[in-house]
Amino acid sequence: MSEALIEVKHVKKYFPIRKGVLQREVARVHAVDDVSFSVREGETLGLVGESGCGKSTLGRTIVRLLEPTAGEIVFQGRQIEKLRARRLRPLRREMQMVFQDPYASLNPRKRVGTIIGDPMKIHRLYDKKERKKHVEELLETVGLSPEHYNRYPHEFSGGQRQRIGIARALALRPKLIVADEPVSALDVSIQSQMLNLLEDLQNEFQLTYIFIAHDLGVVRHVSDRIAVMYLGKLVELSPAEELYQRPIMPYTEALLSAVPIPDPDLAAKRERIVLEGDVPSPIDPPSGCRFHPRCRYATQICHDVEPPLVDYGGGHLAACHHPLNVDRATLASLTVAAATPRAADVAALPQDSSGESHPVTGETGNP
Amino acid sequence: MAERLLEVDDLHVHFVTEDGVVRAVDGVSFELERGQVLGIVGESGSGKSVTAMTVMGLTRDVNARFDGEVRYKGKDLLRVPEDEMQGYRGAEIGMIFQDPMTSLNPVYRIGEQIVEAIQAHERQDKRAAKRRAVELLKQVGIPNPESRVDDFPHQFSGGMRQRAMIAIALACNPDILIADEPTTALDVTIQAQIIELIDHLKDDFNSAVIMITHDLGVVADIADEIVVMYAGRIVERAASRELFYDPQHPYTWGLLGSIPRLDRPRPDRLHSIKGAPPSLITLPQGCKFRPRCPHAFEKCMEEPRLEQRVAAPGHLDRCWLDLDYKRVHRDETISGGHTEAA
Repeated sequence: MSEALIEVKHVKKYFPIRKGVLQREVARVHAVDDVSFSVREGETLGLVGESGCGKSTLGRTIVRLLEPTAGEIVFQGRQIEKLRARRLRPLRREMQMVFQDPYASLNPRKRVGTIIGDPMKIHRLYDKKERKKHVEELLETVGLSPEHYNRYPHEFSGGQRQRIGIARALALRPKLIVADEPVSALDVSIQSQMLNLLEDLQNEFQLTYIFIAHDLGVVRHVSDRIAVMYLGKLVELSPAEELYQRPIMPYTEALLSAVPIPDPDLAAKRERIVLEGDVPSPIDPPSGCRFHPRCRYATQICHDVEPPLVDYGGGHLAACHHPLNVDRATLASLTVAAATPRAADVAALPQDSSGESHPVTGETGNP
Repeated sequence: MAERLLEVDDLHVHFVTEDGVVRAVDGVSFELERGQVLGIVGESGSGKSVTAMTVMGLTRDVNARFDGEVRYKGKDLLRVPEDEMQGYRGAEIGMIFQDPMTSLNPVYRIGEQIVEAIQAHERQDKRAAKRRAVELLKQVGIPNPESRVDDFPHQFSGGMRQRAMIAIALACNPDILIADEPTTALDVTIQAQIIELIDHLKDDFNSAVIMITHDLGVVADIADEIVVMYAGRIVERAASRELFYDPQHPYTWGLLGSIPRLDRPRPDRLHSIKGAPPSLITLPQGCKFRPRCPHAFEKCMEEPRLEQRVAAPGHLDRCWLDLDYKRVHRDETISGGHTEAA
């Protein structure tokens, strides 16, 4: 097994809400609240959750576009969470980002050649002639043509623009790419082209990805492991295929049941677990398990006690008092994971299982 | 037999531009009956939105050229004068747009925007209209509608804004509801809620729905009939089950194969339709999908007609391929494992 490229340890990111003449802090948005995981070199970690769960904030904090409120970020064995801009600059070459909106993330007044070439210029790589050559190569790598060098972003379709965004991210030959919903704004037919491209590039350049999405269907295709977030907390972390066969956290069950399946019979047979309402406010998150107000298995303990992140074996972690798809033997041998949040009650190991549930195929046991 | 609400007959919509004539819709025909959900599926630029907007009379412009007929309860809407068209728009045919962030006016309260829609068509005083607005918000599942009716759009989440949009579209109890990519900007969990809501409301309001989307998965469990559009024309049209279980056009296979599916083993590579849709100014000769079709042969230089080629009644397609050939080859496209340069 290869080494961890990036480790996130108990990272918190709170945004202050200020009011009044003195701009006193009156409340805080708990965007990311004590999340820990690591990503190995060459691996793809899918980061999934609804709008407002903190997945984008976490992505931006990892590449240090934001400074974490607390916790450590270790990149290639080096702590980077407190580095100042000047010390951070060489690291920017190693970590790049692809953004969601291919319309808003490219400067409409700059030519494609400049957009992709600027990172090289800033980092003083190559002379002018070489730079042009590299940009043209990159354009070909992402499936565009070198003749596009002098065009403007508006001359391209959404999918082509996203390719430009990917070429820009690749310009400095980074090790890590954080892709924040890179395909959500695209047609399904273009989505699949883009997912295949990202996979090819990973093999060609030995990239490590953190792939942020709200759709479990999309991340399944690219991820080795998947992390599910809810209201700033990591609620489940699992090898990719395992998550689809055996979701443990009821929130994951609900997310899976919401992914549309292009098969009318199966879609009709499947139980769609409709989550009532929206994600609660991260300014004043619910007590205990943050998912409890929307959870169909919730009991008093979920309201009172924050569940620890528990190790179910084989790298499958989940934070839930009433886990799904767990047998007696596993229940008896549970341990608290090292990544568990500090506020969680480590003595509160789950005592029972909420039954079998296979939201993809529609088979459920006793709830 | 259910009441026929809408008949689109050989509709052509062309736009004259400096660069040439954009043939956005080129010979589209379909019918819609009360209680029915029709899915119109295709990529950006396939003409699906222009078709829907033309039904609403929203494409009328100096450079637009129309041909064919759009008959609503027997009346040709293409030839109705603009002031009369306003009586249909909103009152008889309601529309939900893709982006709930930009289609609500940020400086007016949600309630005022619903009241405006009601008063545009019905003689109701403000208090009665407001009561109706609260009622509508309740029907679309907004909690505490009595207080939320006075909120501004920025106080609503994305899913709630789309619900408010639906409330506006339903304000005058229209017979037809057109939903143009109603869930594309939303999370999957909210998408599932909105689709379910539209399906319920269709029965409550006794209307018909046209659902436009680029994702066949979205319409799988609610559409009765599906029309697949490519380059301004219909390439396949069938009852929903027929289309999913016996798809005839390679473009439909491509759309089905592009969806990352949870119900099947993960393929090594996702199928992707190579290239991009053609320019609507200079369309390729023959079958418009030919340049992107891995199965194209000589005959495809001539454009096939949209006609019935399989046993199932009402299942039409535009493809020259032999039925047996298709049966053998389509699964490799739909289930993946089929590698192809993106």
